[in-house]
Amino acid sequence: MRTVAVVGASLAGLSAARSLRKQGYDGRLVVIGDEFHRPYDRPPLSKEFLAGTLGEGELALEADGEDLGVEWLLGAQAVELDHAGRAVRLADGREVHADGFVIATGAAARTLPGSEGLAGVHTLRTLDDARALRDELARGGRLVVIGGGFIGAEVASTAYALGLDVTVVEAAPTPLAGPLGETMGAIVSALHADHGVRLVCGVGVKGLSGETRVDAVLLEDGRGLPADIVVVGVGARPCVEWLEGSGIALDNGVKCGADGRTNLAGVVAVGDCANWYDPRAGLHRRVEHWTGARERPDAAVATLLAGGAVQPGVPRPPYFWSDQYGVKIQFAGHAAGADSVTIEAGAADDRDVLAVYRRAGRPVAVLGMNQPRLFMRRRKELAADAS
Amino acid sequence: MMIPACRLEDLPRGEAHRLDIDPPVSVFHTDDGELFAIDDTCTHQDASLADGWLEGCEVECPLHASKFDLRTGAVDAPPAKLPVRTHEVFVEDGMIHVRLSMDAPNLPPCIAARLAGGPA
Ligand SMILES: Cc1cc2nc3c(=O)[nH]c(=O)nc-3n(C[C@H](O)[C@H](O)[C@H](O)COP(=O)(O)OP(=O)(O)OC[C@H]3O[C@@H](n4cnc5c(N)ncnc54)[C@H](O)[C@@H]3O)c2cc1C
Ligand code: FES
Repeated sequence: MRTVAVVGASLAGLSAARSLRKQGYDGRLVVIGDEFHRPYDRPPLSKEFLAGTLGEGELALEADGEDLGVEWLLGAQAVELDHAGRAVRLADGREVHADGFVIATGAAARTLPGSEGLAGVHTLRTLDDARALRDELARGGRLVVIGGGFIGAEVASTAYALGLDVTVVEAAPTPLAGPLGETMGAIVSALHADHGVRLVCGVGVKGLSGETRVDAVLLEDGRGLPADIVVVGVGARPCVEWLEGSGIALDNGVKCGADGRTNLAGVVAVGDCANWYDPRAGLHRRVEHWTGARERPDAAVATLLAGGAVQPGVPRPPYFWSDQYGVKIQFAGHAAGADSVTIEAGAADDRDVLAVYRRAGRPVAVLGMNQPRLFMRRRKELAADAS
Repeated sequence: MMIPACRLEDLPRGEAHRLDIDPPVSVFHTDDGELFAIDDTCTHQDASLADGWLEGCEVECPLHASKFDLRTGAVDAPPAKLPVRTHEVFVEDGMIHVRLSMDAPNLPPCIAARLAGGPA
């Protein structure tokens, strides 16, 4: 292999570039990214960066002086993968020819139809989004967060600490019930009420009101929530439109094997855009977490360099963390399919629980709130048990 | 400075023992029976590496999964960027001792600010 093109210059793309070099690839390496920034870390965007306690320089993912021998094509959007011609075409007409491709284009924040062009309405995915939101939060006022998922909850928590008046609207009866299940979703989202952040559940958003600037969020039950700032945190969609027509199998992202291989030879997919095969569960899952984007490129790159001739190992159960109202939340495994959840340490009222999810008696997931030590033990057991 | 940590027989393989000094230091007993001492606080944020995932000569931070090499202190990947300090360990009469490094520690920004007397 003489040239590898990595498309997507964020955590998964950088991790792939690092894995390539670590695994001995010494050919030409081109990393294409449509943002103008070098790879930076997203989790702080809803936490320390938004709070103003972490500066832009500290978001960099590359270490000082790190040199991977990469040709960075930044501010360059890939618009087509020409598999037969082994090239990626860019929006400005340029082409990058390569014999190996790593797809790492991640995900983009979902928006609310009809909110385009209304000032005061934000999504949060990129550094530019975070700068704009941070500047606006600094002016204070009433914030309505649409969506009680992790990003929404983190923004609410950060904004609360900055002194804003915060309301969170969630369409489902219980926030976080998808990833955490009803019981633990209720316990984690009770953090909002502990801090006087209003949580409005079980009602959808009909639209926004305002002339040039948003002034309220209109609910489906007829209520209106006055707002100076609105953050739409309703999930993300994989950035794979540019691959349509390339012959690559797409299904909720790039469909790929447990080792990142796609249906096209010499093309692997990693990170938030990849819908991986989970050998334990026997199905495909797209997991939008930091640790997967950081670790899975190792296996994908091994597959790419070996021309697909390696046996994929069983990846560790997915893991993510979140920080809300000073509580460290950690989760590993899959809550869906669990038939019981037991609090094994701490107490829900103290918000310091360690909970284990089981299916037919076997642990399938673990949740920790301010329990890093016990959580790590359980996470280790979960990985050993599942492999 | 030399500090007694704990008795070797009280630290099983695969476990870590944290010394609550400032900044804290942890002694790791690997599955292969080797002993190492490093600064306990991850260089990224306020996490205790004694709570981490010990595998071979590496410990993975319990929060965001950066791995540190117990022999050199080197960090493998983000989000942490700086190595942890390593300390010398030796066993005398069944007692584990740590000889503290004279180097400056690489503490995460939140802790460094506290030690400097600034806001936590
Ligand atoms: C605000 C926020 C907070 C988060 N907090 C946590 C957390 O606490 N814990 C956790 O586990 N996870 C968290 N995450 C999730 C984590 O950041 C993601 O899982 C991770 O960033 C995925 O990395 P990636 O490289 O796959 O995708 P991304 O980071 O989305 O990067 C993809 C890159 O590809 C670029 N791109 C897209 N299309 C093209 C194209 N056609 N051509 C060129 N470039 C393109 C994008 O602009 C982007 O730079 C958070 C995410 C956000 C946004
Ligand atoms: S606190 Fe250790 S990697 Fe983040």
